[in-house]
Amino acid sequence: MPKPEFIYISYIETTPEKLWEALTSSEFTRLYWWNTSVVSDWTVGSPFSLVLNGKTTDVGEILEAERPRRLSYTFRHILNEAARQELPSRVTFVLEQYGKLVKLTLTHEDFAEGSVVIDGISKGWPAIMSSLKSLLESGTALVIPFDALFIADLEEVYRA
Amino acid sequence: MNVTDFKPTTVYTIYIAATPEAVWQALTSAELSRKYFFGNAVEVELKVGGAYVVRPPDGSVHISGEVVECDPPRKLTVTFNVNWPALVEKLGPTLVSYEIEPAGDAVRLTMTESHDRPISDDILSGGRQGWPAILSSLKSLLETGKPLAVKMEPPTQMLDALKKLGIATP
Repeated sequence: MPKPEFIYISYIETTPEKLWEALTSSEFTRLYWWNTSVVSDWTVGSPFSLVLNGKTTDVGEILEAERPRRLSYTFRHILNEAARQELPSRVTFVLEQYGKLVKLTLTHEDFAEGSVVIDGISKGWPAIMSSLKSLLESGTALVIPFDALFIADLEEVYRA
Repeated sequence: MNVTDFKPTTVYTIYIAATPEAVWQALTSAELSRKYFFGNAVEVELKVGGAYVVRPPDGSVHISGEVVECDPPRKLTVTFNVNWPALVEKLGPTLVSYEIEPAGDAVRLTMTESHDRPISDDILSGGRQGWPAILSSLKSLLETGKPLAVKMEPPTQMLDALKKLGIATP
């Protein structure tokens, strides 16, 4: 059996520099990522966390930060006990100029066997990446309700 | 052909700020598809058993199939057979399903490509490369009025794998 992984490719009319900013600046992420902040100084070895309504939902460590081409961090979802028990997975964004567009490839891999996290991220990333594309192209992020996604533990924090 | 024999091999989900009706129209209209689908026109007879054809700008038939499920504006399933000699004989039919669901003010569009037998990753790489570009452009068209200028060639790994199977490609 191949190891489970999640890959999401998106083509966005923007520049790699703007896209990098949108992925690493809380000012942007709060607009398209359910008010989530990304907290890191984006240097290799530094801690990384996602914070929603003042509550840390995910933590990790920066593995690669090659602005504006490649960003990678470990990822541990800490909102529920089962997820906390898992070894960290790995998130990598690759930003490539593609004509006048940017091809964004998100790979989320290295999941523990029987991971409960892969189910949640497989539902979450397409919504986040779609909203990011909307924000960069039209200036308006998407409003996607959590109950359309079925990620119960995040929904609770979001509503708090 | 029995739909339950088909297993999903590629799934792509994208959220679009549009109504389900607008997404349905984009998926089924020749005029709109030409803008986001590498210049290809989708011609579909919207009833079960109706014809599904994708024509490049030269008017030839690139993909031909048949409507298997038609529930506007929620679900469209079609056979989606690339018209290269011997492809269907060697690889079997391809099934493509579009599911449209409301998600707040937006719409979740899920494209699922399925096959009724094991297909190698090399061959599947064509769809895995193409779908994100096509559906990214469809989203841009509906949200901004402007599709993306995406140009791409079929992946070499797919062309090589087809050649090995004796399937002639253009």
